Amino acid sequence: MYPEIHFLLNDREIRISEHPAVLVLDYLRGSERLVGVKEGCREGDCGACTVLVGELSGEQVVYKPVTSCLMPVGELYGKHLVTIEGLNMPHLSPVQQAIVDEGATQCGFCTPGIVVSLTGYLMEDHQEITKEGVKKYLSGHLCRCTGYRSLKQSVDHFKKTLDNNKGIGFLVANKMIPAYFREIPARLRRIPEISMRKEENTPDFFIAGGTDIYLQKNELLPESRICVLNGQPEMKGVFKKNGYLHIGALTTFEEFAQHTGIIRIIPYIREYMFQIASLQIRNRATLGGNIINASPIGDMTILLLALESLLVFKDGERSRTVPITSFYKGYKQLDKTSTEILTEILIPEPVSGVLINFEKVSKRKCLDVASVNSAMKVRCEDGIIRDIGLAMGGVAPVPLFLKATCQHFLGKQVSGELIEDAFPIIQKEISPIGDVRGSACYKRLLARQLCIAHFTKIFPEKVKVRDFYGTH
Amino acid sequence: MERIDAAAHTRGESQYLDDMPLPGEMLYASVFSSPVMHGKILSLHTEDAYSLQGVVAVLTSKDIPGENQVGPIIHDEELLASSEVCYVGQPVAIVVGTSPEIAMKGVKRIVMNVTELPAVTDPKEAFLQGKIIGAPRTFTLGDVDTVWQNCDFIVEGACDIGGQEHVYLETQRARAIPLEGKSLRIHSSTQSPNAVQRYAAKILGIPASSIEVDVKRLGGAFGGKEDQATPWACMAALAAWYTRKPVELVLRRADDIRMTGKRHPYKSDFKIGVTKEGKILAYEVKHYQNSGATADLSTAVLERTLFHSTNSYFIPNVRIFGVCCQTNLLSNTAFRGFGAPQGMFVMESAITKVSEKLGIPREEIQEKNLLKENDLFPYGQRARYCHIGDTWNKAAERYDLPKIRQDIEDYNQTHFETKKGFALMPVCFGISFTTTYMNQASALVHVYTDGSVSVSTGGVEMGQGLTTNLVIAAARAFGIEGHRIKIETTNTTRIANMSPSAASSTTVLNGNAMLRAILQILDRLKSLIIKELRVPDKDKITVVNEKVFYDGLETGWGWEQLVQTAYLNRIDLSAHGFFASPEIYFDKTKEKGHPFVYHVVGTAIIEVTLDCLRGTYDMSSVKIVHDPGRPLNEHVCRGQIEGGLAQGLGWMTMEDLRFNEKGQLLSGNLATYKVPDVYFMPDDIKIEFLENGKILGPYGSKAVGEPPLMYGIGVFFALRYAMLAFKPHKEFTFASPLTPERILLQLYSEYLNK
Ligand SMILES: Cc1cc2nc3c(=O)[nH]c(=O)nc-3n(C[C@H](O)[C@H](O)[C@H](O)COP(=O)(O)OP(=O)(O)OC[C@H]3O[C@@H](n4cnc5c(N)ncnc54)[C@H](O)[C@@H]3O)c2cc1C
Ligand code: FES
Ligand code: FES
Repeated sequence: MYPEIHFLLNDREIRISEHPAVLVLDYLRGSERLVGVKEGCREGDCGACTVLVGELSGEQVVYKPVTSCLMPVGELYGKHLVTIEGLNMPHLSPVQQAIVDEGATQCGFCTPGIVVSLTGYLMEDHQEITKEGVKKYLSGHLCRCTGYRSLKQSVDHFKKTLDNNKGIGFLVANKMIPAYFREIPARLRRIPEISMRKEENTPDFFIAGGTDIYLQKNELLPESRICVLNGQPEMKGVFKKNGYLHIGALTTFEEFAQHTGIIRIIPYIREYMFQIASLQIRNRATLGGNIINASPIGDMTILLLALESLLVFKDGERSRTVPITSFYKGYKQLDKTSTEILTEILIPEPVSGVLINFEKVSKRKCLDVASVNSAMKVRCEDGIIRDIGLAMGGVAPVPLFLKATCQHFLGKQVSGELIEDAFPIIQKEISPIGDVRGSACYKRLLARQLCIAHFTKIFPEKVKVRDFYGTH
Repeated sequence: MERIDAAAHTRGESQYLDDMPLPGEMLYASVFSSPVMHGKILSLHTEDAYSLQGVVAVLTSKDIPGENQVGPIIHDEELLASSEVCYVGQPVAIVVGTSPEIAMKGVKRIVMNVTELPAVTDPKEAFLQGKIIGAPRTFTLGDVDTVWQNCDFIVEGACDIGGQEHVYLETQRARAIPLEGKSLRIHSSTQSPNAVQRYAAKILGIPASSIEVDVKRLGGAFGGKEDQATPWACMAALAAWYTRKPVELVLRRADDIRMTGKRHPYKSDFKIGVTKEGKILAYEVKHYQNSGATADLSTAVLERTLFHSTNSYFIPNVRIFGVCCQTNLLSNTAFRGFGAPQGMFVMESAITKVSEKLGIPREEIQEKNLLKENDLFPYGQRARYCHIGDTWNKAAERYDLPKIRQDIEDYNQTHFETKKGFALMPVCFGISFTTTYMNQASALVHVYTDGSVSVSTGGVEMGQGLTTNLVIAAARAFGIEGHRIKIETTNTTRIANMSPSAASSTTVLNGNAMLRAILQILDRLKSLIIKELRVPDKDKITVVNEKVFYDGLETGWGWEQLVQTAYLNRIDLSAHGFFASPEIYFDKTKEKGHPFVYHVVGTAIIEVTLDCLRGTYDMSSVKIVHDPGRPLNEHVCRGQIEGGLAQGLGWMTMEDLRFNEKGQLLSGNLATYKVPDVYFMPDDIKIEFLENGKILGPYGSKAVGEPPLMYGIGVFFALRYAMLAFKPHKEFTFASPLTPERILLQLYSEYLNK
């Protein structure tokens, strides 16, 4: 018997005792027969399975769209799970009406998921409804029929009535979402706090956001002992202490990118995020999962590598700190035991003058894994490079910190020549292989291009792309 | 008017196949398939799968009671491979279990021993080895051989055109339910219920009448469920036949991509001869189609490539050669455009190469050679009501082509790191099934005594808006309100021998069949009412807004009264309608005829911005003038254009099917096979309609499903324009898709390994 999972599903209170690794998607379509939730891929890439997950945050419940095909039911405890069925009213909601009026549905298979996401957008507190906002909430949805123009156009329909909305209360009052939403905060509060049972056996698998592990261990998970890490709130959040920015390993991509402390040191983080996964995935994917998954092209990993972060591990009472630059030993080989949990990531508080750039090239600009990605942190004093961290992904069996290349730059003046001289060093440090994301020679070429991109973006007054290619 | 099904779609209340309530005792099937490209099956071990708790049956070719055959045109395709496998992913066995997971687990336990045989993946190599399907075909017009010498310039080149995965959001699926006696009902996500019926009957060795196929709606199809839905439905049927239980077979996405056919890749060689002024005198092209392992619909697809090899241009001397080459890859199949996009791509490449060699802008050559009224197509039909020039001119004027060109030139002058490009793409696409006998349809219409109407046709709703169009057309024809009309599921017991919903012809064929049924009922009603009203002239009766008029004057009769009276007078309120497109024929021995009812035309202008440092790009805008006839429903029509465009843009740019040397698909899921998303598609899409004339669809609407896909071809040439702006003296290939990788490797070929 598995521990009871107590949560709200639409307007119903639910207690189930399923294996905690069962996918929310399978639970909804299988046990509940809530078939408005569609399965298009089971990999987080199409958005057809999108649901809203609401969590108490102070007095309110905050809702986020996530892909139910990568979420374990074990994580639903104390939360409000909303499917398309839970958004339906006798009349059409503004989102539904807009899609009807725009003719933004054809075969209709993608449509319920899209309605859920866009409703999530309207439930957010915001100043203004924008086309960019609508696009962000559509970013994790594939529609093979419409070509998206009509979907984007839906913004015009709810813009006027919904600009400056006051959140869920406003939506309920105006019958834009069902009335039961009003009672949800109180109902969630009545669900008793989960009593963390001490596991007598160590689990076979830890699940954080599930966005990697379900792609790799899908078949094993329902038969294994698993530990759902998100039940451990102490591993979330960002704070400053002793010259480091402490980031809980369970912090999601989206939380990371929206945090003011992070934006201060990585000013363009939200622009980079545009190229990383989709909103639904970023609402689930954790920094810790990205690091431990050890994919050679993990975007956050590359960024954290360039920043020369530290990783804090716990194993019971024991704790250990490892620099991320020495954490990766070989393809998916880590300086970590199977029972150690990554609890925190520490970013050294940058000295003023540190500049950061992140580059990613993928076949599709958004919601695609990089062919090559790269991050660079650099600080100059009087034109001389005094500190530099350059990391690159997709060019080696591990996320690569380009040590020799960094060494080459240290203490020198930024110039076209200096960068040209770095190319052979980079080529020596990297060892890409050809795969579905690109041939080896393409990745080598990209390594060069992205190095140029870093410097021309960070030092536009010193070097220009033309300096490298202007002669022909 | 909004789409009939839109509200239910947004509420998640539209039922797709596996959304239907589950019958009790449902079993689930999963498919074991070949891990190798080509091999002889030595032995197949299924015992371990059987021994798994929950596995009910493991079925192989030996368990097929009828004929193990599902090839639609040429009978070369086994449902389950018996002795030889010819591609990775070819079905060999079916495991049936009490849950999908158990069935999938069972599949993993099957062991097949094979001796591998030599395999071929390249169409030209297959051709050289004599591995072809059907006979090569050649269309000719004029005399290319003697005209070459009159040409001022002759340019030759080669194209390497990639395939495309359909990515219908709803994967292949079927549910088979045993009925009384030796019969079955099959719910299938298919464009071709008739094919499912025919082959399931053949597989089971029973008459077609013992199989009922029912289709409610498809979550997208795009040609991928025209022929390739059949095997999965047959497998579910076979499993249900054996177990006497309902069986559902739903392919997971990765299995769907791995096991189903795609758009055909082509290798093509062209030679084109022009005058100094850019008038095309002669064009010769050889198409080597990569058909994959079995014939499927490849020969028909090739035929359409030949039909559309000169796209929207009149060229007096033409020789078009095409051949289906059999390789050890997935069996390629129908995909929106059905071979035409490949033919057009080569034509556009040839024009582009000429323009680059001669230094004449591409669009000047295009414009100079556009088809005019009465021009002859290489297949013998004359261009009639084919307003390609009008769409071109309207596009140039409406969207200010000179300004677009100037702005782009200015931008490129002043920018180094990014370059812009543009291209025009005229499209002329023939409507009808090129296989003449398929241009038929029937419909069954019932009027109930409360005035509500039930319509069955052979058309399948797959998002193309058929249901909406039928409701509009039926309501107009009867003169009643749309809410009275119900479009039924597509069911083989109500409609026999239906053609697949394809070739953009579904609405035209089925709509007309429905109208003919409606006219019969109306005629009977009119005969009745002139008696009741004691008026002489039946033709002066009209029904408008549910009211009956005589000679334009209200009679006081309403629709419901009319229907009830008819019933009490024992008038037949049901009718069957039949329609066959007039005037079309094609003589394959001469390769001449009149294969198309009409042509759909339009012109697109596509603009792009290329990041020359990273090789990545953005679609800046697409502006189209399209000839829709008189669209029944503008939502439906625009939606089809925009959706087709997106697929065309994707095909040309990032939809990249990569196989390894073992013939395994590397881009075998949506993480690696990328299709357009909301950010890829430009915000700036404009569509203008050309208002005009005479066409055959119900109420003058033209088919719209396929042609818009080919607007997307322009993006390839727009990107090439931008590449040339960055590297003016480089030779670039005509290889698609033009991925960021292909672009970067070509822009910087001299820096490789530096
Ligand atoms: C559609 C899609 C798009 C994606 N796009 C991108 C992208 O653009 N860029 C990118 O970098 N990634 C991308 N990813 C990958 C994925 O989202 C990230 O790697 C994510 O960071 C993984 O985090 P998670 O919390 O979901 O990890 P999980 O799947 O929960 O875990 C991954 C692994 O890490 C272990 N683990 C997790 N947390 C801890 C911990 N605290 N201590 C010890 N072990 C732990 C787990 O046991 C597991 O082995 C994408 C994934 C999907 C499905
Ligand atoms: S099913 Fe595609 S994202 Fe979940
Ligand atoms: S409407 Fe068919 S996938 Fe979006």
